[in-house]
Amino acid sequence: MKRIVTATVLNQSGVLNRITGLFTRRQFNIESITVGATETEGVSKMTFVIHVDDDRTVEQVVKQLNKQIDVLKVNDITEQAIVTRELALLKVMTTPQTRAEINVIIEPFRATIIDVARDSVTIQVVGNFEKIEAMIELLRPYGIKEVARTGQTAIKRGSQRFVSESKQVSILN
Amino acid sequence: MSQNAKAADLKVDDQKTKAAQPMNGADLFIETLKNENVEVMFGYPGGAVLPLYDALYKNPIRHILARHEQAAIHAAEGYARVSGKPGVVLATSGPGATNLVTGITDAMMDSIPLVVFTGQVATGVIGTDAFQEADVIGITMPITKHNYQVRSMEDLPRIVHEAFHIATTGRPGPVLIDIPKDIAITVGSVEFSDELDLPGYQPNFKPNSLQVKKLRGALAQAKKPVILAGAGVLFAKASEELLQFVEKMQIPVVNTLLGLGGFPADHPLCLGMGGMHGTYAANTALYESDLLINIGARFDDRLTGNLAHFAPNATVAHIDIDPAEIGKNVPTQIPIVADAREALKKILSLDFEAPQADEWREKLQKDKKDYPLWNSETDEGISPQRLMKLIHDITDGDAVVTTDVGQHQMWTAQYYGFNKPDQWVTSGGLGTMGFGFPSAIGAQIAKPDKTVVAVAGDAGFQMTLQELGLVAELKLPVKIVIYNNMALGMVRQWQETFYEERYSQSLIPVQPDFVKLAEAYGLRGYVVTTEEEAEKVMRETLTDNEPVLIDCRIKPKEMVYPMIAPGKGLHEMIGVKPQ
Repeated sequence: MKRIVTATVLNQSGVLNRITGLFTRRQFNIESITVGATETEGVSKMTFVIHVDDDRTVEQVVKQLNKQIDVLKVNDITEQAIVTRELALLKVMTTPQTRAEINVIIEPFRATIIDVARDSVTIQVVGNFEKIEAMIELLRPYGIKEVARTGQTAIKRGSQRFVSESKQVSILN
Repeated sequence: MSQNAKAADLKVDDQKTKAAQPMNGADLFIETLKNENVEVMFGYPGGAVLPLYDALYKNPIRHILARHEQAAIHAAEGYARVSGKPGVVLATSGPGATNLVTGITDAMMDSIPLVVFTGQVATGVIGTDAFQEADVIGITMPITKHNYQVRSMEDLPRIVHEAFHIATTGRPGPVLIDIPKDIAITVGSVEFSDELDLPGYQPNFKPNSLQVKKLRGALAQAKKPVILAGAGVLFAKASEELLQFVEKMQIPVVNTLLGLGGFPADHPLCLGMGGMHGTYAANTALYESDLLINIGARFDDRLTGNLAHFAPNATVAHIDIDPAEIGKNVPTQIPIVADAREALKKILSLDFEAPQADEWREKLQKDKKDYPLWNSETDEGISPQRLMKLIHDITDGDAVVTTDVGQHQMWTAQYYGFNKPDQWVTSGGLGTMGFGFPSAIGAQIAKPDKTVVAVAGDAGFQMTLQELGLVAELKLPVKIVIYNNMALGMVRQWQETFYEERYSQSLIPVQPDFVKLAEAYGLRGYVVTTEEEAEKVMRETLTDNEPVLIDCRIKPKEMVYPMIAPGKGLHEMIGVKPQ
């Protein structure tokens, strides 16, 4: 099953290496990692999308991450009210005939063309994983030359009223 | 801890003034060690640490010069295990650092507090494959509790202070600090601070009261309770509390390999060691229990056997300071994240109701009586089991005993009978050959007045025997007992049992004359081939204040029993009774 785990970490040298090394060594399967600055200087936030077989494995992921000295806080936010976003850049082959068609296809996705060449366009799209997958499928028949995706980053919604917190892994006080 | 902290407080003012003087990084390094009350360090010099060794020359701390870095770190592990203080290690960059890797991993697996310093090439040439450069931070990241590379001389006191704190608190472990050569020669004025700013490191010592209540409820219901006492009991210094709890509740106790001595072996409620070569009573108790209380053990595979058959009917309670160990291997219904001593103190304060387990205790006492450990009665050499009982008798069961890994380790664990904490030093998790002898040196340095016996196999001893030089130099009264069966005994045992006696590369036909080897270093050496000879030599030499090496020719084909074959459960023991 797919889980989304976030970690706030001290921005020390080698911290990314520490964490990816941990995933490799403990045989945790990562689909994507994003890393970026937070509102606090010196603190970064990482978002992992991981594939695990059972709840015990995700519990281990959270606990092993927590054990790292440079890791401040870890959350499995999969079951919470969250917003996830990913940015993708797609280079799609075009002919003068298909260019307009492509424009029509991407419009409902609120994607934009950010570069045009004689025989291709580069499209930028932002959204959750499913939305990006759906757009790629629609564009595939035109010939996709290249895809670059950032991986998902996530944030909890401001209001958590309607969601159970039962998935939180914590056995501390 | 609190006493140390007080001592440190008193020293702060003194240190501040001293440290505020301009000095180079190397001198500062020595000051930081003195600030942590380091009494002894184990190491080996080299190019990148020349400035550090020069500073040590001018401002001495006792330094033990091993003959190989691996032995230096194993000695530091033995020192740490017996003294309760962190072991401090210093080695040069590149090969010096990579020679430490086995010891660092060993300490990580067995939760031994170490602070390891390695030299590094100058910051300007890091990443250029310079002479004796190795990416020690990268190499040791997965085998340390934490590691640091010092990037600025001003950071050194903070990093050293954090390293000692991290190594010795929570679940202990090794911390490594890599010091580039130019940092050691940079001059500056730095003030010490005893403040710690580690927002990501807050070990939880006190148990959660809700979980403790759950344990209370489970105990009141239990008919077949058992306690599994691990090394966490020793690290937390909780033996006294454990004994009180056990006697009050009358619950039988199984020790793990590393937990031996945490609960007295001669106590009527002690079932002995559990696991692959554990006793029948201990393994049966774990298998049949309806409430398993794990105190500071990590459910290692050598203890649990096949997890699918492990304690199938038990509610599992697990007290551990490391939350990641709880539920890692065995599903746990009552998780208690806490220091073992704090948890037991809390439990004792709550006046738990003792479980109704008379029948269970009687059954286990009968198991203990009906299925004791046994040894073969052939007369082709010294019985390794009786030899260990003899060592126990001659040393009054009071020696510090160290081992490598393998048959001799299991016989020591089974037969020495550890009744007190901190007299047992062995390589458990990593299973390191060559560990026992150097760790005995460290243990002897920590406890100069204790009898320290290094039990080693003939093969393992040859991995670190160069340290005879160190024993001779320091005149350490370490007693080296070689269990000599001309083979890698445990490998041979597995080949006999599981590989149809194909003894692939496990027999060692050519050995040095161990007696002459000892004599070459100016030490006493004996070879004994019968139990009478062994007794005579040991009565003379294990009790005096001189080092000795005794080459004991044990029965070459003796096996360690009972045994649980790999992939089998605790209820599928073989060799429970003499065949």
